[in-house]
Amino acid sequence: MITEPVQVDKISGQTTTGHEWDGIRELNTPLPRWWLWLFYLTIVFAVVYWIVYPAWPLASSYTTGLFGYTNRGRVADDVAAGQAARMQLAAGLETATLAEIAADPKLTEIALAQGKAAFGDNCTPCHGSGGQGQKGYPNLTAGRWLWGGTLDQIDATITHGIRSDDPDAHTSAMPSFGKDGILKAEEIREVASYVRTLDGLEPEQGVDVAAGKKIFADNCAVCHGDDGKGKLELGSANLTTKVWQYGNGIDDLIYTISNARNSVMPAWGKRLDPVTIKSLAVYVHSLGGGT
Amino acid sequence: MTISTEEVYDDGPLYEAAKKVIPQKIWGTYRRIKWIVLWIALGVYYVLPFIRWNRGPNAPSQAVLIDIPHSRFYAFFIELWPQEVYYFTGLLILAALILFLSNALFGRVWCGYACPQTVWTDLFFWVERFIEGDRRDRMKLDAAPWTPDKVLRRVAKHAAWLVFALLTGGAAMLYFVDAPTLIREFVTFQAPFVAYLWAGILTLTTYSLAGHLREQVCLYMCPWPRIQAALTDNDALNVTYRFDRGEPRMSLKDAAKAHAHGEAAGDCIDCLQCIAVCPTGVDIRKGSQLGCIQCGLCIDACDAVMTKVHRPTRLIAYDTDENRERRKRGEANVYRLIRPRTILYVAVIALTGGVMLYALLTRTNSHLSVLHVRAPLFTQTAQGGIRNGYTLRFSNKLSEAEDFTLDVSGLKGAAMTSAMAKPLDGGRLTVRVDPDSTLEVPVYVTTPPDVTPARSSPLTFTATDAKTGERSVVVDNFFGP
Repeated sequence: MITEPVQVDKISGQTTTGHEWDGIRELNTPLPRWWLWLFYLTIVFAVVYWIVYPAWPLASSYTTGLFGYTNRGRVADDVAAGQAARMQLAAGLETATLAEIAADPKLTEIALAQGKAAFGDNCTPCHGSGGQGQKGYPNLTAGRWLWGGTLDQIDATITHGIRSDDPDAHTSAMPSFGKDGILKAEEIREVASYVRTLDGLEPEQGVDVAAGKKIFADNCAVCHGDDGKGKLELGSANLTTKVWQYGNGIDDLIYTISNARNSVMPAWGKRLDPVTIKSLAVYVHSLGGGT
Repeated sequence: MTISTEEVYDDGPLYEAAKKVIPQKIWGTYRRIKWIVLWIALGVYYVLPFIRWNRGPNAPSQAVLIDIPHSRFYAFFIELWPQEVYYFTGLLILAALILFLSNALFGRVWCGYACPQTVWTDLFFWVERFIEGDRRDRMKLDAAPWTPDKVLRRVAKHAAWLVFALLTGGAAMLYFVDAPTLIREFVTFQAPFVAYLWAGILTLTTYSLAGHLREQVCLYMCPWPRIQAALTDNDALNVTYRFDRGEPRMSLKDAAKAHAHGEAAGDCIDCLQCIAVCPTGVDIRKGSQLGCIQCGLCIDACDAVMTKVHRPTRLIAYDTDENRERRKRGEANVYRLIRPRTILYVAVIALTGGVMLYALLTRTNSHLSVLHVRAPLFTQTAQGGIRNGYTLRFSNKLSEAEDFTLDVSGLKGAAMTSAMAKPLDGGRLTVRVDPDSTLEVPVYVTTPPDVTPARSSPLTFTATDAKTGERSVVVDNFFGP
C-alpha cells in the first residue's frame, strides 16, 4: 500500500504533502470524501450527456444522442417562432391601407421595424444601408423622386420595379444623344454646361451656355420640362436640385447625355409578400424624403 | 529534503470522510439572541412576499417582486428596470462594506447569527433534536442497529426536513410571481411546470445544505472565512478562549491538588462542553480558526459550567487579541470600537449609501436616449438643406400612457420630422409612449436651404412629459459636409 513515505509536521501534527518550498512544507489537509463523490458525479453526468446529446464524431457522421437534438434545429425552431410572432404582430398590416398605417402609430411602429429589416435584406446593396444611395442608385432620403415619393407611388415602384420585366413597371427611355448621333460632341458639351447652371453650378470656361440652352429647349425640355424640373409620369430627372444620381461633374453629364443611363430596378412584387412591400414603402417614405 | 528519524512515516490520506458533528443542546444569552435573529429573519422572509403595494392598474400589486418575464424589479415605491442594474451594484458594494465593518467590530457576527446557512442549519438541528433527541441520544441512535424505532425516527426526520425545505423553496419562489396566486395554483396543481421544477430544486438544495452539508458549507464552500481571516485585526471582538485565564487546564481534582502545592491552575476544567455544543465541531481553545462561525454557543456552554463549578463566567467571551496580550502584560482591557479602520468603513458606507439615496431620490420616471444614424451621417436634400437622422428612445416608467413633447435646439431654423410622431406648433413633435415601456422613434433634423451647417455642431433634444412636466435632455451632434 505504502507508495511513498509521508512526513508529519511536528507542530500541527498534520501530515504533509511532501512538497517543500524553501524549507516550508505544505500541510496535507484531506478533502472530505463527498467532494470526491461530486467529482465522480460529474463523470457520470458527462457519460449521460454523451448519451442524450450529440457527442462523438464518427468516421462520416456523429452520435446523434437520444432525442436528435441539433443546434441547427434549435435555431430553425427559434426562427420559426420568431416568424410566427412577427406574423401575429404584422396581421394588422395585411388589411390596412398605406394611409391607415401611416395614421396609426402602432401600425407605423411595426411597419417601420419590418421595413427596416426587409430594407437591410433586399435594398441595401444598391441604395445603401441608410437609403442614401450611391452613384447610379437613387438617394431615397433626399426628397428627389424619379417616379414619385408618396406612400402609394413608392409602393407601386417597389412592387413593379423600373424597366423590369413586370408589365406594370415604370418605363421610359432617354435617347443616347451621343452614341446615336443625335447631337455632336460640342453640342453635348454645351448642353451639359447649361444643365450645370440649372443647379447653380459654374459652367465650363469658354463654352457657349446660351447655345446649350437652345439645344436643351430643342432636345431635352420635352421630357425634363422647360425649367428642367423633370416630369413624374416620365420618370425624368429633376435637374435643378443639389442631388444627382450619376454625378454633376461635366464629364459625368457628358457621359449621361451621350450614352443615357436608363437603369433598372427589379419588380419586388414577385419576390416579397404584400405586407413586406407595404412595410418597405412606409420605411422608405420615413427616411426623410417622403412627400 | 532531509527527513529526520523522529518524523513519523505513514500514508496520509488525500480524502477522508467528514467528521460528523453532533452538537448538544445549550441554553444561554447567545442561544437566545440566535433564536431571536432566526425568528426575525424567517419572519421577514416569509411575510415580505405577502405585503401588497398599490401601483395602479397596469402594475403588479406585490410589494417586493422580481418580475423576470417583464424584467422589472419592484420594492415598495421603487421600480427598477434592467438598465438600472447599478442600484444592485451599489447594494452589493454596501453589503460587502457592512460585512467588513461588522467584521472589524464583532468578527463573524454575520456567520454566527444571520447567514441563511446558519439560520436554516439551526432550524434543521432543532427538527433533528425534536425527533431524535439530544447529542447522546443521537450518538446512541447512530450506533444502534436498524430497529423499527430507528427507522421510524430516521424517516420522520428526513420527511420533516423535506417539508421544511419545501416550505423554504416555495417561499423563495414567492418573490418571483404573485404570491397568493402561486400558492393557490401550487396546491391545486395548476401552477406551471417550471414552478414545481424550481420548488424541487430549492427543496433539494435546502435539504442537502441545511440537513446534510451543514458546517461543510462553511469549511469548504464559503469564501468568507478565508477573506475574514485576512481582514480581522487585533481589536476586532472575536469569540475568544481566554487562555491567559484558562491555562494550564486541568480537572477540578487536579486543580485542587495544584493549589495545595502552591502551583498555578487554569480555570478551564477541560470538560469539552465547548466542543460538544459547537455546530461546526471546532475546539475554540485552539484560537480563531476557519471553522469557527463565532455564534457564541461555546460561551453559553462554558458559562453554564463555570457557574456550576463556582468560577467566574466568560472564560470564553467576545474578546480581542489585543486584550489577551495586554492581560498577559498585566494591563487593563481596552475596547477600541472606534479606530481609523472602522471610521473609514463607516465613511465609505455613508458615501455609497448617500450616492445611492441621491440617485434614487432624483430618479426620473421618464428617460430619453439618442443614437445618431451612422449610415449616412448626413444627407443632402433636394431643397438644398442638410439632414441628419437620430434614433430616439423614450422610456415611460409610469403605469399610464404619457405624451411627450419633443423639442430640438442648437441649430437655427432646423426642422424636425418623424413618421412616429405628430407635429405640434413651433416645430415640436409629440409622442405617446405606452405605460411601463419604451418606444423607439426615428427623428430627422433638416437645416433650411440657405444655411450651411458647420462640420459638427451640438444639438440638444428635450422631451417633456406633458402631464408631469418632467424633462429629459440629451445632447448629440449635427454633422454637415
